Amino acid sequence: MSRYLNFIAEKNQVKYLIITIAFIIFSFFWIYPLLWVLSASFKTDFEIWGGLGLIPDRLVWENFERAWFGANMGRYFFNTLIITVVSVIIVVVTTGMFGYVIGRYSFPGKKILIGILIGTIFIPQGYTIIPVFDLLNNLNISKNLIGLTLATAGHTPVIYILLFAGYFSRVPVELEEAAKMDGAGFVRTFISIMLPLTKPVVATVSILQVLHAWNDFLLPVVITLGNPDIRTLSVGVYAFKGEYFVDWSGMAAASVITILPIIILFLFMQKYFVEGVQGAVKG
Amino acid sequence: MNKKSLSKQIYDARWCYVFVLPCLILTGMFVIYPIGMSWYFSLLDWSGFTKEAKFIGLQNYYEAVNDQFFWDAFIRSFIFMFGTVPVKIVLGFIIAVFLNNQVLKLAPFFRTVIFMPVVTAIAIIGIVMTFVFSPFNGPANKFLMSTNLTSAPIDFLGNPDTVLPTVMGVYVWKWLGITMMYWLAALQTVPQDVYDAAKIDGAEGYRLWIHIILPIVLPFAIVIILVEAVGALNVFPLIETMTAGGPFFSSEVMEIYIFRTAFVTDSGTMPRLGYACAAGVFWGVAVLFITVLQGLWMRRTRRI
Repeated sequence: MSRYLNFIAEKNQVKYLIITIAFIIFSFFWIYPLLWVLSASFKTDFEIWGGLGLIPDRLVWENFERAWFGANMGRYFFNTLIITVVSVIIVVVTTGMFGYVIGRYSFPGKKILIGILIGTIFIPQGYTIIPVFDLLNNLNISKNLIGLTLATAGHTPVIYILLFAGYFSRVPVELEEAAKMDGAGFVRTFISIMLPLTKPVVATVSILQVLHAWNDFLLPVVITLGNPDIRTLSVGVYAFKGEYFVDWSGMAAASVITILPIIILFLFMQKYFVEGVQGAVKG
Repeated sequence: MNKKSLSKQIYDARWCYVFVLPCLILTGMFVIYPIGMSWYFSLLDWSGFTKEAKFIGLQNYYEAVNDQFFWDAFIRSFIFMFGTVPVKIVLGFIIAVFLNNQVLKLAPFFRTVIFMPVVTAIAIIGIVMTFVFSPFNGPANKFLMSTNLTSAPIDFLGNPDTVLPTVMGVYVWKWLGITMMYWLAALQTVPQDVYDAAKIDGAEGYRLWIHIILPIVLPFAIVIILVEAVGALNVFPLIETMTAGGPFFSSEVMEIYIFRTAFVTDSGTMPRLGYACAAGVFWGVAVLFITVLQGLWMRRTRRI
């Protein structure tokens, strides 16, 4: 149940109105940079630097054409999509399995495993990037999407496992016993009884991983240094800035191509974003 | 029930081991192995792009601690942390307190807007902000000049004095939504009767906050500070895309320094993976030390 402290009394209309208006003004300034780049992506270069107004004179769709084909953002879009989707599947399956046994069973070595995981929480990505780069080179998967996808899935935040473990530990034991009576083994119990129950956690973990994989920068920028073909969107826009420095409107369009899918996803699935983020402090 | 032998226990739990294996392999490959290897690499004189590597012991470390750029970047990382974390904690708390009001009809909308930058790709934010803060008709300068707050455009990212505060401001803007969500979660744990009882007792305004609500949310505050502090040390994408550490290294934090010494060859210097690893290890140990210190402090405070 939600709890609220309503220190703005309903009868105090003036106070209520002042706070609401203050927040509306604040929100406008807050969101202005994002609205600005969205509007710039439909403007001509000349118009972008002309004024602060957000409504373009006419919609210049050619900006998107230049970005998608000329700057190769189309290719980068699908690279990013593949990396994101595959890494989400890998992460959900592996952390789901891990969380399941951690949350429901005790077995020799469990404490050590948890200790190892906790130890990796605060390892910054920058700390491991060079050996990861070297490892992918040695495995000969640094020049295609396989390496980048695996590495994206590999730096699994421990929070996913904790979310799964917490959820699985609350499933009543009776369900499992009933499955056992029916002769279901360990794997079948997991797949047909347990997994369907955890849809909310699967959704939350998937969303968090989408956010991570789609927006990641350090790993892809290092891995794709010598391979422009496997760049992701973020790296693509960064390279765009270096190569076509004067094409502001094209770069704005490329930026919009990168950020819009996630913003739309966020608007529709806000609940899971919030749950995932709050899971970090609730646990 | 009598205790089973260890081998029997392990055999009974065989499926548990199978289930932890995939995740363990990935973590082993991409987290644990790299940590071990970076310690080893840090002892080598190695460019990273050839097979030639020479074992030179602690010489890389010796060089790092004698490099002024290293210490400048090291200190700058902490300036970044101490400059952003308190602002985020306080501002996030104030916003959360307002948005935790049921009466405020537009609260869900405001929450969405404030959270929006969080889901936006960090590299894109960095690039877009170089336009927003451009001295040549950038929107920030346009706004300041049209409202007569300044008479001449400010070169936010080109001036060594303003670049770090500007990047820090963008960082706070980008991630404040998360801090707000943390605080909202914390405020939700305050029992309703505490509010009600406080109201009956006539505790209002700041007294209600300081004496009743703050003690309840304090354990959360400690976790939030810990998470935020570590987060503020991981700012590579934002700074790399906004300034790449410039101008004249004035926004170069540790991660940028490591990246520059490892890969970037623009300055004509050779990439030196071994040296960069030594800097990284030094940095990683420093961060770990702070984390452990905070963790101990957290446990002590929670016990009280």
